[in-house]
Amino acid sequence: MVWQTLKRWYHMLGSPRYFHTFSSRVLPWLTPIALITLLTGLVWGLAFAPSDYQQGNSYRIIFIHVPASSGALMGYMALGVSGLVAVVWRMKMAEVMLKAIAPFGAALAAISLITGSLWGKPTWGTYWQWDARMTSMLILLFMYVGVIALQNVIREPRQAARAAGLLAIVGVINVVIVKYSVEWVQTLHQGSTLKLFGESTINPAMKYPLLISMLGLWLLYAVNVLIRARSEVEWRERRSKWVQTLIRTGGK
Amino acid sequence: MTAFRAALSRELLVLWRSPAEIINPLFFFVMVISLFPLAISPKPELLALIAPGVLWVAALLAVMLSLDGLFRRDQESGVLEQLLTSPVMTVVPVTAKLLAHWLLTGLPLVLVSPVLAHMLQLPDRVLGVVMLSLLLGTPALTVIGAIGSALTVGLNRGGILLAVLVLPLYIPVLIFGAGVIRTAVEGGPVPGVLAILGALLALTASLGPLAVAAGLKISSGN
Repeated sequence: MVWQTLKRWYHMLGSPRYFHTFSSRVLPWLTPIALITLLTGLVWGLAFAPSDYQQGNSYRIIFIHVPASSGALMGYMALGVSGLVAVVWRMKMAEVMLKAIAPFGAALAAISLITGSLWGKPTWGTYWQWDARMTSMLILLFMYVGVIALQNVIREPRQAARAAGLLAIVGVINVVIVKYSVEWVQTLHQGSTLKLFGESTINPAMKYPLLISMLGLWLLYAVNVLIRARSEVEWRERRSKWVQTLIRTGGK
Repeated sequence: MTAFRAALSRELLVLWRSPAEIINPLFFFVMVISLFPLAISPKPELLALIAPGVLWVAALLAVMLSLDGLFRRDQESGVLEQLLTSPVMTVVPVTAKLLAHWLLTGLPLVLVSPVLAHMLQLPDRVLGVVMLSLLLGTPALTVIGAIGSALTVGLNRGGILLAVLVLPLYIPVLIFGAGVIRTAVEGGPVPGVLAILGALLALTASLGPLAVAAGLKISSGN
């Protein structure tokens, strides 16, 4: 039953026109929810959560750093899945998604690197270390850049999306291998203290604002993807009747 | 199998008749390596320290640059279209082409590497490991780079774009390739790291040609 519903959803959202109406219904309430959640998490974390007994207030950058890192990673995984769907089934919406997901993910990877190095200075005494996680994130940023660059040089949009999709599939395999290979080189970064299942080693007073700001950022990512995908759909389908009507009626 | 052999001998012949494509990567490799003692310092102990990385980065760049025009001539002459429409699965001639390309551009790098390693003051006992690491690593580099080359085949601005696409994918091979030489210099256990390098080769050699074939199909608009 659930499977049937999911399958129907998948096929319905695969239609650009249905996606367009669906997103215009979702966006008006998803956008404020995302912003409010993110703001709640950030304000709670930055202003009200207790300070760390060792790192003082400098640890508070975690409320930006961790959500950004997780968003960048999830974004690349989503890129890989869209790539698979685009290359194997040639689904139009997956091609659109490839283009919509990449920019925000690349920005998050950059934010993660910047906040990480700012955090590194007071705690490790250096802005940059070639430690396993920092190196992986840097390589992730490079791979986002590769996908975006490839999309930009190929003029035919469907071909561009499929080429970028194939690169993203190879990239996802690479992310996993890179993670283990740089760990082999050396590790300075602290292990993950936040576990969804099992005991977290982080103070609950810090955990909840962190979880909320993570959720908020993911929702904001979703909003960004929807908006980008909408304009891409409108551009690609600009010759179709429904977009023409949309233009004539002023988007109503 | 006959298709594979025919494609292999054709590719070998074509490459053999344009010797610049064989010689240039080799000289690039030698030249880049000889820049380092001049730029950093000819002190033996310093050179021995950076030698594993220098050898590997130079080999990686040489392989990558040799791949820039891998499919271009085939595309311009229309051979690529024939290849994609032929009744043989695209993977077969693609694999043959990659093998031929590695035999004539990758293998020479492996063969000259002990000389260069010696010039970079690496101890003689690790020269075998240097060759072995490049023997396992360069074919993987060729296959991974060919994916990028296939995706950019129709675009007339190869070089930099190919580097942006391919270099992040080269990093694991680079880490373990240079790592195995470093391990050998320090006297650590080498076989485990070589095995990982071999695993990377097995992964790329088995799945890579499929990705290259898919990339060629995408680039030609099929």
